[in-house]
Amino acid sequence: MARRLPTGGSRIDRSRPVTITVDGETVEAYAGDTLASALLAADRLLVSRGIYSGRPRGVIGVGVEESNAYVQVLDDGHVDRGGDQGGGGGEPMVAATTLEVADGLAVERIAGRGWLSTDVDHRRYDTLTTHCEVAVVGGGLAGLRAAVAAQAPGVRVLLLDDGPVLGGAAADLPAGSPAGLELEALLGELTCEVLVRTTVTGSHGHGRLVAVERGRRLHHVQAARIVLATGAQERPMVFEDDDRPGIMLACAAADYVSRYGVLPGERAVVWTAHDAGIHAALELAAAGTELAAVLDVRGSMAPELAGALDALGVPVHLGAEVTGTDGSDDETGRLVRVHTSAGSWDADLLAVSGGSNPAVQLFSHPGGRTRWSDEVAGFVPDTPAPGQAGRESVVGAAAGETATIPGWREQLTPPAAWFRSSVGDPERVFVDPHRDATLHDLRRAHAAGLSSVEHVKRFTTVGTGADQGRGFGVLTVGILAQELGRPVGEVGTTTYRPPYLPLSFGLLAGRNRGVLSDPVRVSQVHDRVAHAPMENVGQWKRPWFFPTADETGPGAMDAAVAREVAAVRTGVGMMDASTLGKILLQGADVGVLLDRVYTNLFSTLKVGKVRYGVMCGPDGMVIDDGTTARLSETAWLMSTTTGNAASVYDALEEWHQTEWPELDVTITSVTDQWSVVAVAGPSSRFVISALAPDLDVSAEAFAFMEWREAVVAGIPARVMRVSFSGELAFEVNVPSWWGAALWDAVAEAGEPWGITPYGTETMHVLRAEKGFPIVGQDTDGTVTPHDLGMSWAVSRKKPDFIGKRSLARDDAQRPDRRHLVGLVPVDGRTRIVEGAQLVAHGADLTAFPVAMAGHVTSAYPVGHDGQPFALALLDGGRDRLGEVLDAVDDLVPLAVRVTGPVSYDPEGARRDG
Amino acid sequence: MLRIPCPHCGERDETEFHYGGEAGVDYPADPSALADDAWAAYLFLRANPRGWFRERWFHGSGCRLWFALERHTVTDEIRSA
Ligand SMILES: [Zn+2]
Repeated sequence: MARRLPTGGSRIDRSRPVTITVDGETVEAYAGDTLASALLAADRLLVSRGIYSGRPRGVIGVGVEESNAYVQVLDDGHVDRGGDQGGGGGEPMVAATTLEVADGLAVERIAGRGWLSTDVDHRRYDTLTTHCEVAVVGGGLAGLRAAVAAQAPGVRVLLLDDGPVLGGAAADLPAGSPAGLELEALLGELTCEVLVRTTVTGSHGHGRLVAVERGRRLHHVQAARIVLATGAQERPMVFEDDDRPGIMLACAAADYVSRYGVLPGERAVVWTAHDAGIHAALELAAAGTELAAVLDVRGSMAPELAGALDALGVPVHLGAEVTGTDGSDDETGRLVRVHTSAGSWDADLLAVSGGSNPAVQLFSHPGGRTRWSDEVAGFVPDTPAPGQAGRESVVGAAAGETATIPGWREQLTPPAAWFRSSVGDPERVFVDPHRDATLHDLRRAHAAGLSSVEHVKRFTTVGTGADQGRGFGVLTVGILAQELGRPVGEVGTTTYRPPYLPLSFGLLAGRNRGVLSDPVRVSQVHDRVAHAPMENVGQWKRPWFFPTADETGPGAMDAAVAREVAAVRTGVGMMDASTLGKILLQGADVGVLLDRVYTNLFSTLKVGKVRYGVMCGPDGMVIDDGTTARLSETAWLMSTTTGNAASVYDALEEWHQTEWPELDVTITSVTDQWSVVAVAGPSSRFVISALAPDLDVSAEAFAFMEWREAVVAGIPARVMRVSFSGELAFEVNVPSWWGAALWDAVAEAGEPWGITPYGTETMHVLRAEKGFPIVGQDTDGTVTPHDLGMSWAVSRKKPDFIGKRSLARDDAQRPDRRHLVGLVPVDGRTRIVEGAQLVAHGADLTAFPVAMAGHVTSAYPVGHDGQPFALALLDGGRDRLGEVLDAVDDLVPLAVRVTGPVSYDPEGARRDG
Repeated sequence: MLRIPCPHCGERDETEFHYGGEAGVDYPADPSALADDAWAAYLFLRANPRGWFRERWFHGSGCRLWFALERHTVTDEIRSA
């Protein structure tokens, strides 16, 4: 049986007992234990089951190379410290060999596959960015030597190690040993920044590393130089029934003794292909394991090692291999007997070591190439990625060096490249226990004609588990090479991609979750309107509608919108329009630029006037619309759709900088610098007049599409006579910090006329009745100004504007293009559904495919006439007025009649009040 | 993570930039003089080489400069153009 030894264990603190829960049962451990060492110490060998086979599985390794012992963490036992809410911490598929125990840790054994917790993850994750001259990955002796050598004044060195302490294997060796002495000296010299329990999960090129500290902190490390001292991982060999609890990697088994004071078995058979496996056997024997036999696939053994085994009376069998195992009859199925080519023995531990794989993953991530080394019997770094050349080096075992640690598990005889037993039932030789993939599966892939390791991986799923082939990947390549009869190096490894270890989504999100997941923008008027339900428009919060105390329940919005629409159509309403994008253009050539980016003419616009414009991409499709005011000879103020402000601003910058840098134009975003209150409705003139007694607001003195400087409610303002509702309207622009004061003043001045605040929904109804499209809602990147019925806004005189050439294409002039039209329900009362498809009236909806004639882009339950209406894009729509179609939503047709897009005041008689 | 040398700000993370596609595709002097094919080529056709590629970047979250550089599309090496 496995058991805790009375002494020893470099990583555990026997003075600090820890209690954990496994499948509801209590397990005692020590601080510093991993879940795997705690389970082994308790002789709980059955840790998981095969994902498909259900076969019992135990711990194979001692670290990230683990392929069997994955558990479901129910609670990570984390205690609230400084803002971290703790709690839950459920996580699927965590390797028992890397999971440090803590009081309260609760896990569940799983059969190859975990489950996602549906609890809210209350843990707090952070993201940090670090710049350094040298990043050293791996804090073993090789990494420590590199870090100490790199230390110099003004040179920031960062040393990262995934273990709890620095030193790697040297930390497990006696303090007085050569390695122990060197470690002590290096730690004494070390002055650089150190991160332990920090795994570098990716090398992303250009000197960027991503590392995870304790699963909670994501470090972005930008390094001028990178030293990879990532060490090596032990490789197994496979045979029939190689997956029983009690079958472990040999060096891992010995490491449980030195690190955790845990003896993994009382009586062992050791099978090895390199000297480290023999050293491990001797270490196990020294700790109390009886060695039934040591088998080496090689034909000779170094005299030092052979002598040491002989002194213990251990039978040694050279050129021998394991051929199978027997397990116990109970549910643990634990190892009871080992069969080999040299005989059979009872044993509770079979320690296998097929060699070591340099940890080349980080070297490979940015494109480094590896090669097979016969001296190492593994893949070693060959050519670094071109982008890493000169900035990256690999040292120690990761580079294939075999003598990094003085006096430790020395390689006296070259290792053998040995991967599997030559006999056995292929269906019971597990080459990737995590995926339950067998030698039989590999042969099936080969028989199916697959010879590329990438194809075999996808066919068999070998290496696709949570361990990503860290344990068995190279082994699979070796076996595949044998099957194909090709050299291992020629078959090559699969591509290593980040992340090296799984990253949680919570970690990647960091603090950017919940209310912080996206910036929230509010106008300076927000405090005054925050009681209203909000609509998200881009990152802006905008009042959606303003329900009164009576307007509650499911009909609240319809009732509020009907009331707000009526107020604007018959009296006066007010809206916070501050979120509209505003771009200030200054310089002598602004008119030239605007003539190029708008479809209509702007350079002729007089100071004091405002003009509506449509903007297209070079493909002739509408990208935005809005009004632009000429403030002076050399200053213009452009407004954009709320959601398109940034993209229009970027587009203007791009055209100016990259195509027409000779133009004297400076472009500045001023969206946040101005607060805007729109006052709309036939009574708006009275309200503005009351607020700005010095401003002549008569239609004669202040015409539609003009702007005036004025003092409004004592605030210096620009007042614009623009209208998005068709009604007489004024937009009052003030420096942004006056926004709330202006809102209050407008509300107070408008009281005698019953001024009604309205939100975005009412704004949409008002504009839709006027047939004003909203770019991005009524357009989708395939719509030209002509399609929108805006040919009047497209200049025929200008020699060019962006999109003009595309609009001249035959296709842009087809009469059957999709046009913007209006729709009303034939029954006069059923609401039309936004997004509904338009098909021929009475079309058989079961006769797929049903010909689509268009779709509904905007729909509203009530217009000014009390009936539902909608806007739609319809094939050849302008020639189909009066036609009846079906608007189909979820296979339910609704008969609709096609109308013009303007359903209210088509003559434009109301804009002057 | 590409580290992109902005001519104004120096080397910065790729996340501060917008990609602008192939460099040197100038807006035609007289689009109306172009046949449909030639105009479509300007609009839609871009080189996609395996190797060094001159491309545009926009330092949108920084100084807002448009500039061109050369990037190797296989290795992601970058050199100023
Ligand atoms: Zn810059």
